[in-house]
Amino acid sequence: MELIFAVTVGVMVTCSVFLMLRGHTFAVVIGLTLMSYAVNLFLFASGGLALHEPAILADGAEYSDPLPQALVLTAIVIGFAMTAFALILAIRARADLGNDQVDGRALPGDSLANKEPQGKVRQSTVKSTASNTAKNSGGKTR
Amino acid sequence: MNLIWVPLLPLLGCLVSLLLGRYPRSTMALGAAILPAIALGIVVSLAPEVMSGNNPVVTYDWVPALSLQISFMLDGLALMFTLLILGIGLLVILYARYYLSEADNAGRFYASLLLFMTAMLGVVLSANLIQLWFFWELTSVSSFMLISYWSHRSDARKGARMAMTITGAGGLALLAGLILIGEVVGSYDLRTVLASGSLIAEHSLYPVIVVLVLLGAFTKSAQFPFHSWLPQAMAAPTPVSSYLHSATMVKAGIFLMARFYPVLSDTQLWFALVSLVGLTTLLVGAYTALFKHDLKGLLAYSTISHLGLITLLLGLDTELASIAAMFHVINHAVFKASLFMAAGIIDHESGSRDMRKLNGLFRYMPYTATLAMVAASSMAGVPLLNGFLSKEMLFAESLQQETFGSLSWLIPLLVTVGGALAVAYSLRFVHDVFFNGEPIGLEKTPHEPPRYMRVPVEILVVLCLLVGVLPDLIVGDLLVAVGASLMPAGVPEFSISIWHGFNIPLLMSFLAVLGGVALYRQRRHMFNFQARFTEVDPKLAFEHMIQTLVERARSVQLWLDNGSFQRYALWLLLMAIAAMSVPMVNIPHARGSLEVTELDMVAFGGALLMIVASVATAMLSHQRLLALVTISVVGLVVSVAFAWFSAPDLALTQLSVEVATIILFLLALYFLPQKVSLNHLSPGRIVRDMGIATAAGAIVGTLTYAMLTRPFESISSFFTANAKTGGGGTNVVNVILVDFRGFDTFGEITVLAIAAIGIYKLLAGVRLFVPAADMDGRPWSKDSHPLMLMQISQSLLPLALLVSAYIFLRGHNLPGGGFIAGLITAIALIQQYVANGVVWMRDRGDLKFQWFIVCGLFIAFGSGVGSWLFERPFLTSWFDYFYLPLVGKFELASAMAFDLGVYLTVIGATLSILANLGKLTTTDRPTRPGRRS
Repeated sequence: MELIFAVTVGVMVTCSVFLMLRGHTFAVVIGLTLMSYAVNLFLFASGGLALHEPAILADGAEYSDPLPQALVLTAIVIGFAMTAFALILAIRARADLGNDQVDGRALPGDSLANKEPQGKVRQSTVKSTASNTAKNSGGKTR
Repeated sequence: MNLIWVPLLPLLGCLVSLLLGRYPRSTMALGAAILPAIALGIVVSLAPEVMSGNNPVVTYDWVPALSLQISFMLDGLALMFTLLILGIGLLVILYARYYLSEADNAGRFYASLLLFMTAMLGVVLSANLIQLWFFWELTSVSSFMLISYWSHRSDARKGARMAMTITGAGGLALLAGLILIGEVVGSYDLRTVLASGSLIAEHSLYPVIVVLVLLGAFTKSAQFPFHSWLPQAMAAPTPVSSYLHSATMVKAGIFLMARFYPVLSDTQLWFALVSLVGLTTLLVGAYTALFKHDLKGLLAYSTISHLGLITLLLGLDTELASIAAMFHVINHAVFKASLFMAAGIIDHESGSRDMRKLNGLFRYMPYTATLAMVAASSMAGVPLLNGFLSKEMLFAESLQQETFGSLSWLIPLLVTVGGALAVAYSLRFVHDVFFNGEPIGLEKTPHEPPRYMRVPVEILVVLCLLVGVLPDLIVGDLLVAVGASLMPAGVPEFSISIWHGFNIPLLMSFLAVLGGVALYRQRRHMFNFQARFTEVDPKLAFEHMIQTLVERARSVQLWLDNGSFQRYALWLLLMAIAAMSVPMVNIPHARGSLEVTELDMVAFGGALLMIVASVATAMLSHQRLLALVTISVVGLVVSVAFAWFSAPDLALTQLSVEVATIILFLLALYFLPQKVSLNHLSPGRIVRDMGIATAAGAIVGTLTYAMLTRPFESISSFFTANAKTGGGGTNVVNVILVDFRGFDTFGEITVLAIAAIGIYKLLAGVRLFVPAADMDGRPWSKDSHPLMLMQISQSLLPLALLVSAYIFLRGHNLPGGGFIAGLITAIALIQQYVANGVVWMRDRGDLKFQWFIVCGLFIAFGSGVGSWLFERPFLTSWFDYFYLPLVGKFELASAMAFDLGVYLTVIGATLSILANLGKLTTTDRPTRPGRRS
C-alpha cells in the first residue's frame, strides 16, 4: 500500500510540474492545484497510513497521528485561497494585458480576437486595441 | 578623559557643522574645529601614559555572542596617527575656511570632513577587527563624499566613483582577511590577535591571509597597480587632497600594514611581496610625477611614490626599517600637506594649476614661494629638513637587507634612482612655478593669499625644519612608543641625528641630488621621449572597464532572468531537484525497515483513478472544461483517501473545498479562453518539461516511499494524551487547531483574509473582456434560472445551515469544526447564487462578506486576548461542563469562540472570493469609483 501511495503522489507531482511549466495561466493554476493535492497527501503521509484509527478519543483505541492532519487541514484551506488568488490574478492579467500567457506576451496568432471572435465589450473602459482587433477580425475564425 | 570621546567628538562636530550650515564661514570653521581640538587635547593628555608603555583601552560589549565589541585602544602606533589626523585635520579646517568660496556649501564640506576624521580615528584606534573594518569602509564612503564635493563636475564624480570602487573592493578583501585571522586566532580582539603571531604564521591559511590583508592595504595606499585612483581623486577640493591624500586616507593602508606588522611580517612572503610592490610604486610614481603638468597631479604621483617608499621600508627585513617607515609617515604627512596647501594657494590666487602657464611666481608671492620651496626641499631630501632624515634611513636600511639574495644590491641602486627622480620633480615644482620666466596667459594677477590661509602652511613648514634639525627631541619618544607597537618583543636602540659621518647613505644622497639635477636639466629630452607614448586616461579606462563589466553582468542576468515566468519556474524547479537529489543519493535504500501494509483493492482502485485522472489533467489542459472534470476527480479521490486513512476531518474539509474550487474554476473559465491550441508548442520544449517533471515526480515519490517505510518519532502522543484533559475535546485534530496550535490557526485565517481582500482589490475596477458567447459561438442562454433548482436550493438552505451548525458544535469532540462548518455554510450560500442569480440574492439582503472576515478575525483575536484578563498567555483556552434541563450536560469552551472566529472568516473569505467573481458575470459587477459605465 505504501508503494502505491508513493507512486500516486509521484505521478501527481509529475503531472503538476509539467502543467506548471506551461505558458497559459490556466494550466499553471491547474498545476498549482494538483501540486497542492500532492503536497497535502505527502504531508499527511508523514504521520503514517493508518486504517480505521481516527484521532477521536475513545477508550483504549489506537489513534492515527493527529498533528499532520491538523497541519494539512489548514493547508487545504490556504491552498484554496492561493488557488483563488492565482486564478483571479490570471483573470486580471488577461483583462489588463489582453492575453492569458504567464509572461503577458501574446503568442503569434494567439491574440484575444482569435479566442472570442464574437466577443463584445460590455464595459466601455475596455482596452481600445482589444476591441479594435475584435471588430477587424469580423466573425468566426474557427 | 575617556578614550571613546576621541572618535566621538569629531562625529558630534559633524552634526554641529550641519547645524551651522547657514552661518558665515568663519563661524562654521570655528564650530567645526572646537570638538576635534578638544579631542586633540584628550589625546595629548593621554600621550605620557602611552609613552610609558601603558596603553589606555575602553571596551563595550555590543553583540558578545558574535564576539562583536566596541573597543578602542591607544597605543604608540595609534597615538602617532591620531596626532597626525587631528593635528593636520585642524589645520585643514582653518585652511578650508579661506579656500572655499561663498558659493560652496561649507556646512556639508565640514560635516563630510569631520565624518572622515571620525572614520580615520576609528580605524587607528579600533581594538576589534570587525570594528576596524567598519571604520575602514567608512573612510571609503566619506572620502567618496569629499572627492565628489563639487558634484556638478564630471571628473569629480568619476574620480570619486573610481576611488570608491577600488578602495571598496580592497575593503572587501580586507574583510575576508580579517575574518580569516579571527577564525584562525579564535578572537576578533586586536590584542589577542597581536599576541598570536606564530599561530597565524604557521597556519596553512597564512598566505591567503597575507594576500587579502595586503590587497586591502595596497588599494587604500595607492600601491602599484592599484594607484590609478589617487591622481583621479585630485578632482577634490585642495583641502581634501591635502588632508586625505597626503596625511590620512592613503596612510590607512600603511597603518594597516604597521598594525599587523608584529603578526604577519616575519616571513619571506611578506618581505618579497611588500618590498617589491613598494619599490615598483616608488619608481613608477616618481617617474610619472616628473611629467605631470598639473601641480596637484605632480603632487599626487609624488605621494604615490612616497607611499611606495614607506611600503618598501615595511617590506625590508632589517631591524630599523619599520621605525624608518613610521618616521617617514610623519615627515611625508607634514611636507606633503603643506605642499598641497601651497598648491591650493597658487591655484586660488592665480587661477591655474598648469605648470606650463605658471612661471616666475616668486615675484608675486615671495612669502608663499619660500614656504613651498622649503617643503619641496624636504620632499627632495635636502639636509636639515625632515625628509632628508627618513630618506637617509631608507638608504641605510636598503644596504642591509638580504631578501633577494645575491640580487639584493639592486635595491639600494633602485632606491637611489627613486631619490634622483624625487629631486628632479621637486626641482621642477620649485623652478617651473616660482622662476623660469614670466607667467603665461593667467586669468588673474597672482598675489599673496589672506594672512590666515598661510598659517597652516607656516606651521607645517616650521615642523619640517624643527624635525629636521632636532629630530630626537621632537619625535624621538613618539617613535620609541610606535616601535613598541610594531616590535612588541623589544625596540632596538636607535638614534636619529643629522650627522652620521661620511658613509655610504650620505654618498647615495649626494648621488641622488646630482642625478636629480642632471635629470631636470635634460628634461626636454625626457619630455620628448615621453610624448611618444599614447597617454591613456585612467578615468576613461576605468569607466570602460566598469561598463564592460555591467554589460557582461547584464547578459548573464538576461540569460537567467529574461522576464519569463516559465524561465523562473524552470530555474526554481531545477534548483529544487538538485537540492533534493543530493541527500536522496546519500540514502542507500528507498525501502526502510518498517513492515509495509497489505494492499487492498479499494486503495488500489483509488490510486489508479487518481493516476489516470492526473495524467488526463496534464494531457487535457488545453481542453479546459475536460481538464476541470478530471482534476475534480483527483480532488474527490483525495478526500476519499483521507477518509480511508483515518482522517475524517480532512476528508470533510477536502470535499467542501473541492466544491468551492470547482465552482471557482468554472467561473474563471467564463473570463478565460475555454480552449487553446497547442500548435505553438515545440516538441523539444515538451520533452524537456516532461523530463523535469518526471525527475521531480520520481524524487517526491521516492521520498514519500522512504518516509512511509521508516520509523519516526512523533510528538503527537502529547496531543493525544492532553486533548481531553487540557483542551476539553476528544477530536484531537480540532483541539490542536483551536487550542494547542491556536496561534498558528489564527495566522492561517489571517492569511485567508488577506487573500480574500487581495482578490477583492484585484477585481475592483477590472476592465474585463466579457464574452457574449461560448467557445463554439453559441450565445449564452437567456433563460431565467431553472425553477426546480431554485425551489430545491431554497428549501435546502435551512437544512444546510442546520448541518453546518451541527458540524460546528460537535467539532470539538467529533469530526467537524469551524473550518468545515464555514465551508459548508459558504457552499450553501453559493448554491443560492448559482440557482437564483446575483440579483435575486441582492434583493434579499446584500451580504457584505468583508464584514464576516473582519468579525471573524476580531472574535478569534478577542478570544485570544480574553485570556489576558485572567493573566494567562495569549489564546489560553478555558472549558467547563454545564447542565441545562432538557438539553442535558454540555460543554462550554473558550476555544469555541475562537472556532467561531474561524467559521466566520472562512465564510467571509470563501464567499467574497466566489461571489465577487460571480458578480462580474452580471451587470452588477463592482467598478472603479468614478468609472461607472
